[in-house]
Amino acid sequence: MAYAAGVDVGSTQTKAVVVDEEERIVGRALLETGANVVTVAEKAFRAALGDGGIEEQEVPFVVGTGYGRYKVTFGNAQVTEISCHARGAARMFPSTRTVLDMGGQDTKAIRVHPGGQVLDFCMNDKCAAGTGRFLQAASFALEISLDELGPRALAAERPVKITTTCTVFAESEVLSWLARGKKVEDILMGVHRSIATRSLALLRRVGVESEVTFTGGVSRNQGMVAVLNEELGLKMNVNEESHFMGALGAALFALDQIRASRSPHPRPAGPAKEGVQAS
Amino acid sequence: MMTAPSARGGSETVGRGAREGGRLFREWYGNLSSATERNEPAAYVFVMGSMAEILRVFDLHMVFPEINSLQTAVRGVAQEYLNQAEEYGYSPDICGYLKADVAVQLRQGEHPMGRIPKPAIAVVTNACNTYIKWAEIWERLYHIPVFTLDVPGSRSADDRRRPGDVDFEQDRRYVEHQIRELIELCEQVTGKKFDVDRLREVLRHTNEMSRAWKRVLELNQSVPAVFNALTEGTVYLGVANALRGTPQGAAYFRDLVEELEYKAAEGIGTLPEEKWRLTFVGVPCYPIFRRFYELFSEWGGVFVNSTYLSFAAGGLNAGGEYDLDRPVESLAEGVLMSLRASMDSMFFQDRALVEMVDVFRVDGIVYHPIKSCRTVSTGLADNRRAVMEKRDVPCLFIESDLMDKRVVSEAQLKNRIDAFFEGLASRKLRAAG
Repeated sequence: MAYAAGVDVGSTQTKAVVVDEEERIVGRALLETGANVVTVAEKAFRAALGDGGIEEQEVPFVVGTGYGRYKVTFGNAQVTEISCHARGAARMFPSTRTVLDMGGQDTKAIRVHPGGQVLDFCMNDKCAAGTGRFLQAASFALEISLDELGPRALAAERPVKITTTCTVFAESEVLSWLARGKKVEDILMGVHRSIATRSLALLRRVGVESEVTFTGGVSRNQGMVAVLNEELGLKMNVNEESHFMGALGAALFALDQIRASRSPHPRPAGPAKEGVQAS
Repeated sequence: MMTAPSARGGSETVGRGAREGGRLFREWYGNLSSATERNEPAAYVFVMGSMAEILRVFDLHMVFPEINSLQTAVRGVAQEYLNQAEEYGYSPDICGYLKADVAVQLRQGEHPMGRIPKPAIAVVTNACNTYIKWAEIWERLYHIPVFTLDVPGSRSADDRRRPGDVDFEQDRRYVEHQIRELIELCEQVTGKKFDVDRLREVLRHTNEMSRAWKRVLELNQSVPAVFNALTEGTVYLGVANALRGTPQGAAYFRDLVEELEYKAAEGIGTLPEEKWRLTFVGVPCYPIFRRFYELFSEWGGVFVNSTYLSFAAGGLNAGGEYDLDRPVESLAEGVLMSLRASMDSMFFQDRALVEMVDVFRVDGIVYHPIKSCRTVSTGLADNRRAVMEKRDVPCLFIESDLMDKRVVSEAQLKNRIDAFFEGLASRKLRAAG
């Protein structure tokens, strides 16, 4: 039995996943990215191996993804997180046609083929508005942990309207609402809605086709899931692995390479040659 | 469709267009520096509607502030110029070309390629809103006459744009009348009498360049592509604008056609291995010009055509020729058609792109809206959707700028570009079953 691994080095957190030949997740790890990207990638990989009780030599192929994908120095190849989230989402929820990935500093709307290949995508540009960073700013301003933001937002009664699109200025807008005596919950719901509005614009640019799968770190936020479901008028696919979807996709690309290496008739136009950048 | 290329040239011609284009360009800038020292009169003009044919008759040096500005970006010093203009009071949100030019003027005409003379006249068209306000800056700085050519736009892609139609004929007369006013103004500014035979000579050179430019664009239907529209194409475009209507320009394009026909006949591409044929929509990312190209070429992607090579070519792309028996009337017709095509391209670009995809066997389209220019960027998201409805062609949408590195994020660009190529590869795999 061989295993394949994917390491997703994001701007905020680094995720690693190990899959078996049946494409099941057998090990996972999540670490804060921090300043030393090379080290954290390796640590996450080793932690995922430890989680699954797997030896490094049992993993012949590793794919790096995320902004730090070229820092996965022990990796055999790199694939963008756009392709990886699409692939991971389609594996976890096979009827996925649209993926919304909301991470620490960018948000992606991806239209996917039934096989998980990317048909089209749109991302936020040069600005972290509408991303997890916006929530971090609110968390800091309100002195509430990230995990509490969603549940507190869901308790809102009269949500305020956050108008700024700048993550930096959001903090001062949040403070100004506090100064006007608004309830924290109402401000938080305003923050969630503001992010959702920008994400919906991206989704509409690629076209919202059901089923929609929500991935990335922000997908763990119940408040955001609720707001987006309400706005979209559908129930997005979310599960406890959504945060690991990019790493899962990377691991599946790695598994493709392992399978291709065993094939007596390797396809010349396979992903290793055309769609995956080898290290 | 493209006619079969002949192989007149030889292997020694390969790369000549890019080399010679660079040399001519440096020489042209050298001449402008000399003209500055000699205090010779110059006309400040724009690439969309330069009116080169009239200005050359009066021996006016032509200064293209847009080209000076992009040189600051390509040579990595744009930020100094932008900062200087912003410190002077211009907003970070307006056109980077304009601001770099303001800084060039504040530096008494100094820029990375030399010095430019002060203007004796400025010629502007309404093809770009910013042109008009931009020329007002020179008017205030130098107290010179600014001639604004008002070209009636249209919102129609049908035959009303063509000669022979009643509306077109009225519009042509309107433009012709303005050109005759421009001639009078040039006579006043230079003290020289208008010479219609000289105009015919200039038009003859432009005609030759126009025929050649159309052929150059057409030759990239070859597989592999004989030039990269984003890099070599930009060099060719520079010569097309700077030396328009000159014997040197005509000779350059004669040689260029020879080179590219040879490459097409011999199957010599611009990349060692062409994997993906792409169309570029917009203005290049000059602040990281070479790197931007590499982000695509590393994947085997080559730009076989670009809307830039049309809307910034002053109508040469259409291959139309002036009628030397009625030079001013014919010039008016050409100006009307080319500027209208540039303006209309905002509304009907999807049609041209669909044709490019079909004729050039394009695998994907790259849309590059820029912060500096709303004129060329507005509507690209809709355009992208319209093209994707008409053709099953992947379209990448990346945003940056033509001048301002503050809004160019290489990491973000690379991420999107890599994902685009991954998508192209997976499509190919699916298609192969």
